[in-house]
Amino acid sequence: MAENKRILVCAGTGCASSGAHKLIDALKVELKKQGLEETVSIVGTGCQGFCEKGPTLVIEPEDILYTSVTPEDVAEIVATDIMKGERVERLLLVDQVTQKPVSTLSEIRFFAKQHRIVLKNCGVIDPQKIEEYTARDGYAGLQKVLKEMSPEEVLEEVKKSGLRGRGGAGFPTGLKWGFCRQTPSDKKYIICNADEGDPGAFMDRSVLEGDPHSVIEGMLIGAYAMGVDEGYVYCRAEYPLAIKHLEIAIRQAEEAGYLGNNILNSGFNFKLRVFAGAGAFVCGEETALMASIEGKRGMPRVRPPFPAVSGLWGKPTNINNVETWSNIPHILRNGAEWYAQFGTEKSKGTKIFALTGKVNNTGLVEVPMGTTLREIIFDIGDGIQNGKAFKAVQIGGPSGGCLPESMLDLEVDYDTLTKAGAMVGSGGLVIMDETTCMVDIARFFLNFSTKESCGKCTPCREGTKRMYEILDRITKGKGKAEDLDTLENLALTIKATSLCGLGQFAPSPILATLKYFRHEFEAHIFDHKCPAHACSALLSYTIDAEKCKGCGMCAKNCPATCITGEKKKPYVIKEEDCIKCGTCIEKCKFDAITRA
Amino acid sequence: MEWYNLTIDGCEVRVPKGTTVLEACRMNDIQIPTLCQDKELTPSGACRLCVVEIEGMRNLPPSCVTQVAQGMVVQTQNTKVRAARKVILELLVANHPLDCMTCQKMGNCSLAEYAYEYGATGEIYKGEKRDLPIDSGNPFILRDPNKCISCGKCIKACTEIQGRSILDFSFRGFDTQVGPAFNLPYNESDCVFCGSCVSVCPVGALTEKKMVGMGRSWEVSKVQTTCPFCGTGCNFDLNVKDGKVIGVTSNPDSPVNGKALCVKGRFGMDMIYSPTRLTTPLIRKDGVLVPAEWDEAIALVAAKFGQIKKESGPNAIAALSSAHCTNEENYLMQKFMRAVIGTNNVDHCART
Repeated sequence: MAENKRILVCAGTGCASSGAHKLIDALKVELKKQGLEETVSIVGTGCQGFCEKGPTLVIEPEDILYTSVTPEDVAEIVATDIMKGERVERLLLVDQVTQKPVSTLSEIRFFAKQHRIVLKNCGVIDPQKIEEYTARDGYAGLQKVLKEMSPEEVLEEVKKSGLRGRGGAGFPTGLKWGFCRQTPSDKKYIICNADEGDPGAFMDRSVLEGDPHSVIEGMLIGAYAMGVDEGYVYCRAEYPLAIKHLEIAIRQAEEAGYLGNNILNSGFNFKLRVFAGAGAFVCGEETALMASIEGKRGMPRVRPPFPAVSGLWGKPTNINNVETWSNIPHILRNGAEWYAQFGTEKSKGTKIFALTGKVNNTGLVEVPMGTTLREIIFDIGDGIQNGKAFKAVQIGGPSGGCLPESMLDLEVDYDTLTKAGAMVGSGGLVIMDETTCMVDIARFFLNFSTKESCGKCTPCREGTKRMYEILDRITKGKGKAEDLDTLENLALTIKATSLCGLGQFAPSPILATLKYFRHEFEAHIFDHKCPAHACSALLSYTIDAEKCKGCGMCAKNCPATCITGEKKKPYVIKEEDCIKCGTCIEKCKFDAITRA
Repeated sequence: MEWYNLTIDGCEVRVPKGTTVLEACRMNDIQIPTLCQDKELTPSGACRLCVVEIEGMRNLPPSCVTQVAQGMVVQTQNTKVRAARKVILELLVANHPLDCMTCQKMGNCSLAEYAYEYGATGEIYKGEKRDLPIDSGNPFILRDPNKCISCGKCIKACTEIQGRSILDFSFRGFDTQVGPAFNLPYNESDCVFCGSCVSVCPVGALTEKKMVGMGRSWEVSKVQTTCPFCGTGCNFDLNVKDGKVIGVTSNPDSPVNGKALCVKGRFGMDMIYSPTRLTTPLIRKDGVLVPAEWDEAIALVAAKFGQIKKESGPNAIAALSSAHCTNEENYLMQKFMRAVIGTNNVDHCART
């Protein structure tokens, strides 16, 4: 029964932090105890995507998913599933619609509706073993390219695939490669931008952790097409596991002859190294990133000249992000036409989104471009937590915007999202329910942009701070009638006059929120109310004298001692002393306190 | 040379290829406000005050780093452009101390000039302001980081003119500061006090310390002169008020040095009024230095040279000349030693 089984334990950063390594150790001990260490193998994989339910493990060949597994569950899993072939029902996922447990990956809606190209190997192979990558057609794209294709043909294939940059702006990849290829120079560079920094986005980290060779293979193919012999992966230092896996992968690829001189006897040379970034969001901007590699302060510079003409160390340079590079081997392996069958007319292929917030299933999802937001949130994401109502989805991180329910049937691609006032960005999807205040969310993202502005150009350095101050004022009930006009005018000026993308798109969370949720701003300013009951300064707590039994629990627990009364008589809150902490509501057993 | 035709504010103009939009405007007497631009420094496009509207371009591009193209149509003064510039000025003024009445830069401050033109008061974006300590620990440069508008010109001047790279940005966003490494005061850094940073600062963040309180810019007449300290021939402006030199400022049109000066030229001119300054030759008589007439002093030196040469030969005499002297003076010195004294014993303090 137990023969040829594989246990794939997710050991990505998410599951590792919830105890995956202890789980792997416990599994090893248990398998040995049962004498199964020869027949059942344990694989520590990269991210399986279902971070909400971690640590997760999958048992092959049946593809059984167990979620939130602890070392204490190991004996039962081995005895019941591995040895008897029966399911441990309490560790299976419960479908939120049917309320029944589901066991196999194909039955689970989170996985069933996805189409995994970039994430094909993530969570399936051991990323620290090159042979597991090559066993799943790894480096086949490179071999085909070096043996059968000219650099021009490779370039043409990438152009035909319709691939656009996955870093956010969506510039056609083939076109960008062409610019770098046609600039004459004795030396050129390519760079993989792995400075993933949007709050909540972790697709690039997962690809590097779970399938680092796919990025290396993509870069090799790009280097061949553009006539480049040296490359960098600029990865933020906060991703130690990604850097470790990448360095192991580079060493293994060098040993296997995929990196170095005269690769696969083709005469093509390519050297790749990892550069750990020091943690500035702005270093994800290509000119700031190159300044950082050169040892300078990471600040963007004006373009032109574009990197394809004068980039790293003044040499022609091409920069693509992790997900873009990772698409390349699949395109070359299966052909541009195969790739172009996925997606919409102008946005081809798939896109990975990091689904987070008030949604039942959070994690990484890869779907064809053109999938509607509704499918992502309600089918794959299994709807909103605790049966609450959907309010908005924030797309594209600090450069994106919040879209309301009326936009849920929007087919997600670069152009539709930009038109709607958001952007694909790196692919963060933060789901918000009725308890989220939209002014507060705009304030949150502005706080981020204010802190991460590099300080070079005036509109971004000074303007983001002032936008934040105005929003902060509004959430505290001190908004002025003219604030909305001031905010909008400032936002549009910053967008029109900032130096780099960070500044130009920093006002997006405000502009989109003003467009779709203006009434929430007005409620704060004119009615001094927060419709979502989220902004504490605008809340007032009152005790319903009819419901209050006079138990005194509220007064006993009030940290501000602003509730007074006699036992068995209705208590009263002294509003001017109330710090709006909400403790009284939590403690009242009679539902007598209201927040409005 | 290739020439491009473009339209600026409705006027047809013709400028060479490679010209920036800002240069094209200035060639045609169209005024564009700038804070971070300086013809001696590489452009950075940081302050964004010089934005213009160009047909077919998204957003408002900064004219200082946008090159002209054939047929370009540029608007430099329309409502949209002026409104954007006003917002940028409002933002700068909102984070700037409004102590103009005691500011040394008054009358010569670019921010004040543009704020006046665009009516920017800083009221609309009133909020948090910086409150950083003033760096006054050295005798030459007064640095008030609260007045800094982060234009970055001082950083570029230090790196590109002086080659020192003492200054750079630190911290991020609203907290961005300019200063030496580890935010050290100037006197604890490797600064050589050339003052190039002061010469490019458009506001009162960097000022000549000794000139503070000595005179307003409109009370001062500027007298261009050649620096007397060495033979390089740098020019600068003596700042004269009521017949007295109160300090030195760069003269950007100086043919030899542009804005660059050294610490001696820029900050050493107070020697003019030093009470210990020598005004006559001194002759040591009975162990004491006594003032003398030039004729007496020269006659004494000539007699002594003659005596040494006669008694011990010309090679008993040597001359060491100074970098304080001009090229011509140094030439004369060696000519005198070789032709008159008859020795090759000549040397110069800057030789090593």
